[in-house]
Amino acid sequence: MALDALDPVTAARVGLILVLLAGALFFTFVSMTGVIRLPDVYARAHTASQADTLGAGFGLAAVALTLGWQGASVKTAILLFFIFVTNPTAAHAVARAAFEDGNVPWTEGDERR
Amino acid sequence: MSIADVVIAGGYTVGDVLLAGAAGFVVLALGMLYRAVVGPTMQDRVLAVNVLGTNTVVILALLGAALDEPTFLDIAIVYALLNFLMAIAVSKFTVERGGVL
Repeated sequence: MALDALDPVTAARVGLILVLLAGALFFTFVSMTGVIRLPDVYARAHTASQADTLGAGFGLAAVALTLGWQGASVKTAILLFFIFVTNPTAAHAVARAAFEDGNVPWTEGDERR
Repeated sequence: MSIADVVIAGGYTVGDVLLAGAAGFVVLALGMLYRAVVGPTMQDRVLAVNVLGTNTVVILALLGAALDEPTFLDIAIVYALLNFLMAIAVSKFTVERGGVL
């Protein structure tokens, strides 16, 4: 079944799936660049909690849209909610552990760590 | 007929595109593995492994949608739970006297 032979609703759904998937890959790429390139743990915790949560959210939204109305997409919604709650919490705990471990935050002019 | 079987262009279906997206996520995860290996402090490694775990969850969900196997989502949920537990536990026990929470 080709795309131009579809009814407009399904065609829009396919387009939205592709856009969401592209957004997921883009924001995860931003997160990867930050995790590799930023100078210290605190900056990396920032990009890991924000860009990566958004990327995972877009990816799981694409999955939910592909599955459509069935029991499995409820699981996708639960997964989405769980990641939105736990990912920033984990990043906060890691950053706080770094601070209590005596890790001094990076300031301008310091060497990269 | 599931929407994953819809042909977009050149004979490739939506499921094929989702599989390609999962492959892209694997490549990005390999990039993050650099920080988990090199990362100067313990917390860098925990953070990198946490992000890797989130990536794994998305990869599992994409595979479940592309191959039409909703069971993969159960595995993804358990993986997300274990991932969160790992990050909290390791950051708790790497601090002296067990800090964080």
